[in-house]
Amino acid sequence: MEPVIQVRGLVNRFGKTLVQNGLDIDLFRGEVLGVVGASGTGKSVLLRSIVGLQTPTAGHITVLGADVLKDDLTRTRARWGVMFQDGALFSALTVRENVEAPMRVQFNLPSPLRRALADLKLAMVGLKPDAGDLYPSALSGGMRKRAGLARALALDPEILLLDEPTAGLDPIAASEFDTLITLLRHALNLSVFLVTHDLDTLNATCDRIAVLAAGKVQVTGTLTQMQAVTDPWVHSYFHGPRAHAALKG
Amino acid sequence: MPQPENRPEILQGAYTLSGIVALGPALPATDLDLSAITALDTAGAWAILTHAQAHKITVTGASPSQTLLLAAVKAALPAAPVPARRAIHQHAADWVTGRLEQVGRAGVATVRDVTAVLGFLGQIVASVGKTALHPSRLRMTSVVFHMQECGLNAVAIVALMAFLIGIVVAYQGAAQLRQFGAEVFVVDLIAISVMRELGILLTAIIVAGRSASAFTAVIGAMKMREEVDALRTLGLDPIEVLVVPRVLGLLLMLPALGVIADLGGLFGGGLMAWYALGISPGMFLTRLLSTDVTHFVVGLAKAPFFAVIIAVIGCFQGLAVAGNTESLGRLTSRAVVQSIFLVILADAIFSILFALAGV
Repeated sequence: MEPVIQVRGLVNRFGKTLVQNGLDIDLFRGEVLGVVGASGTGKSVLLRSIVGLQTPTAGHITVLGADVLKDDLTRTRARWGVMFQDGALFSALTVRENVEAPMRVQFNLPSPLRRALADLKLAMVGLKPDAGDLYPSALSGGMRKRAGLARALALDPEILLLDEPTAGLDPIAASEFDTLITLLRHALNLSVFLVTHDLDTLNATCDRIAVLAAGKVQVTGTLTQMQAVTDPWVHSYFHGPRAHAALKG
Repeated sequence: MPQPENRPEILQGAYTLSGIVALGPALPATDLDLSAITALDTAGAWAILTHAQAHKITVTGASPSQTLLLAAVKAALPAAPVPARRAIHQHAADWVTGRLEQVGRAGVATVRDVTAVLGFLGQIVASVGKTALHPSRLRMTSVVFHMQECGLNAVAIVALMAFLIGIVVAYQGAAQLRQFGAEVFVVDLIAISVMRELGILLTAIIVAGRSASAFTAVIGAMKMREEVDALRTLGLDPIEVLVVPRVLGLLLMLPALGVIADLGGLFGGGLMAWYALGISPGMFLTRLLSTDVTHFVVGLAKAPFFAVIIAVIGCFQGLAVAGNTESLGRLTSRAVVQSIFLVILADAIFSILFALAGV
């Protein structure tokens, strides 16, 4: 299988805190990889390193054949979509303009076409047509996440990086989001890098799970494989009362 | 050889976002076969599907993943094309009513603003009154912090500004007064203009630029991050916690800055008088001490009013921030413009009042 993201020997140090210490991780084409770990194990730092927002202390990161630390990422940025935790929508732009923003940066499209494509993306993530005219401050948390996803999908990326996409959503909205990701992933042939705490999301969407602890990926495997792992943290994560409830279905 | 009617056109190449501009008109109005295309994304699927809808043709030959994509896009297509919005002002008459409406709205908004600021001032006075009854509720640390921020940290810039103003007044005055041989009156000119007007007015303007903007930005950011709401739910009054310390801090520090500005202005003026007109420091001082002390008092009497204007406007605009980052920027600049304007307006009113009172 062809890896679209390849991280080797990643080290991130903040002052005296060593967040990552020689971390290796791969995302293969067409798969959904769930990244879990206790708070403070550097899940978000890993994601920020992959998209080049955080310069690591050491290590190599390759995304779609481009070296994130050395190469010019202009072309690569059109091929990935990032959704931040709270959507990170531009508050001075309407939702539609937010989705149009990546198209403006990367392609010179005429504005009616941009508008039509933005509306299409908003409808695909399940937002009503009139939501496009609203400003992000007028949206609920769930709508903000959907709008953030629409912006991440604006350029039809090959890789989608999601940071806690279902955090703060009610169970119904969260499960709709899971269905949406699964649907889009097959329709758009996406590779998804998914940072999450949500066991239901892991169960519903992920092909493979990577567990982060002590600055490294401790184990990777399918959900069933995870349940057989004896490491105490992994065991309690996948065998706690919440896990049982989530995995029973 | 004529083609059979129902034979679908076989599409070639990549149907993706990067090439979509060229796509639209190039698609033929016959049935389409996708089996030979090399790439398809949502933009391409959108172009093909809208084209198919418009010409009522069928699309065949899609691979399984392309079928999924086409289905997903089709589900998201709007049922009917959205009609373009009607132009609002089509006639000159509409244009005139439009302008009039704007003027009316601006007028109403101004009146509302003024009422709101006055109401806010009332809330602050009530809060200060409560604090006066229970002095233990006064946030002393906060008051001292703001005294340092708005007062102590502004000393250097205020002193320098006043010093330069003193030089300007002395130099310009000297050039005029020399024509009458009345050089020595330059001391009166400096003393009266700096102490009565320029010292405190320019100090207030600098402080408005420094502190009104800072008040709006800090309180506005807290408002955006719902910190102000958090205060309320804890049973803390944002006016008591955020506004009163700022108002009191500035109220105490602006007169002090005014004295520093007076000293700086007199020093600069004295230096220039000595250099340009040969008025010795001793002579300058004698002449200065014979000027009426009311000028100094009149100047400083305005300081507390200016302080209240600056602090109240800064805090008011900060609490008016809502939602987006743009409103934070707009209200910060509005806080500075309004507070400077109101300080100058208040100064003009004071001039008239003092003239009427004969001071």
